[in-house]
Amino acid sequence: MKTESKLERVLASGNLAVTSECGPPRGALPEKIKEKANLLKDHIDAVNVTDNQTAMVRMSSCAASIIIKQMGLDPILQMVSRDRNRLAMQADIIGAYSFGINTMLCLSGDHPKFGDHPNAKGVFDLDSIQMLQTVRKMRDEGKFQGGADILNAPKMFIGAAANPFADPFELRVMRLAKKAKAGADFVQTQCIFNLDKFEKYMEMVCDRGLDEQIHILAGITPMKSVGMARYMKNKVPGMDVPDEVIDRMAGVPKEKQAEEGIKIAVESIERLKQVKGVHGFHIMAIEWEEKVPEIVEKAGLFPRPVV
Amino acid sequence: MITAEQKPLKEIIDYISPYDRILLVGCNECVTVCAAGGRKEVGLLASALHLHCLKQGKTLDIKEITLERQCDPEYVEELVSSIDSADAILSMACGCGVQTIAERYREKPVFPAVNTKFMGASEAQGIWAERCQGCGDCLLGITGGICPVARCSKHLLNGPCGGTSYGKCEVAPDIDCAWCLIWERLKALGMEKRYEEIMEAKDWRPAGGGGPRKIIREDLSL
Repeated sequence: MKTESKLERVLASGNLAVTSECGPPRGALPEKIKEKANLLKDHIDAVNVTDNQTAMVRMSSCAASIIIKQMGLDPILQMVSRDRNRLAMQADIIGAYSFGINTMLCLSGDHPKFGDHPNAKGVFDLDSIQMLQTVRKMRDEGKFQGGADILNAPKMFIGAAANPFADPFELRVMRLAKKAKAGADFVQTQCIFNLDKFEKYMEMVCDRGLDEQIHILAGITPMKSVGMARYMKNKVPGMDVPDEVIDRMAGVPKEKQAEEGIKIAVESIERLKQVKGVHGFHIMAIEWEEKVPEIVEKAGLFPRPVV
Repeated sequence: MITAEQKPLKEIIDYISPYDRILLVGCNECVTVCAAGGRKEVGLLASALHLHCLKQGKTLDIKEITLERQCDPEYVEELVSSIDSADAILSMACGCGVQTIAERYREKPVFPAVNTKFMGASEAQGIWAERCQGCGDCLLGITGGICPVARCSKHLLNGPCGGTSYGKCEVAPDIDCAWCLIWERLKALGMEKRYEEIMEAKDWRPAGGGGPRKIIREDLSL
């Protein structure tokens, strides 16, 4: 084992891992974090704590991760390169590790343009791949990015994001290879609605032997309504929602659509369980955390293994 | 070249309203090419200012001069004979020109009439787009001649983010994804392998992170 991360242990045990997501509140409301985490706690191995997601200011991912850690859960500290230079990143990693946080996710982050401070200057000192290199160097060499020794270096199990659907498709597997080479131990993918395309991607991933190098957690998002499905198809960059999915959601009465969305999510998990290289699921129920336990149970991923 | 756009007339008027005699200085270099502050624009701005003053029942004395290069002290020296008869200087050059004048004529207020935008190239008649951020350590040799520092909205050095859609950047549909362009170019050159080489964390000192930059060429110094 490289770290004390529970997610690493679950993955090493050969079980399918389950992670989910918890967005910190837009205010000093620690109870909100606890409420969300409580909904998830028995049904997941680790929970992502987003970092100023969609470029909106929220409670820091570091502080919210500490709250979750102190509840006895295992947070995955998300960190975006948009808001921090390499000094701030490494300082926060040491800080988080000092509170027992041992799993993180390196991202470039949504552009400030999309958030509530569009006039802010994005930092982007490192990109996500250079951030992965930095965190690995801290763990494996015990050194800062600048080269100096770290006293009690933080040992993080390192994650990255992968979007198998963004353009150009042919580059996506190479990009995953690059992330593995830079130090990613696991990736969580963008929400998968186009399963055919994802399976093709995974075939290419396995052809290159990348499934041996990196754990892939397939991203699952249940849709609440056909409106949400259309919004994701048309408005969210890099999202691939096939017309069949929209039609299926539109084909049921409004009050049954949420249920249909859950059904689609569960069926997707069942199908993706068979795909070589898929080592788990990352369930992103956006402001719908209470549905995660139901999805996990219906998909036969409950109870979670004790490792 | 350095691109610029004229400031809103109101802002220019607010700057010069306390003064009666203005020296309006254009530049024959970049701002002429991008039609922001050359001889022609100096004439047009002078007319607009005259018209405004006329409406206010006021007269404004404007002397128009367009220098060969406003960022060069040698040419800025040419203003010596006109400076005493002006209360203030209005410069239509880029920020480099404005500052060269401010440094030489310390007793006169100088105001910018344009906003300096970026280092860019012409994409079509009347369209200029950013191409270089002067990072001081040119990467174009390994990125197929397309700069990710200037042209990727996140300055990503190792490939496109997840927000690319149909070759466009998530920030705006009229911005090409720099990494899609780089990838297409590497493919065309048969250099796909290069993409998988990790570009290490950039040293931002030559890009300005080390403080204001300067070039000293001993071989050219007097």
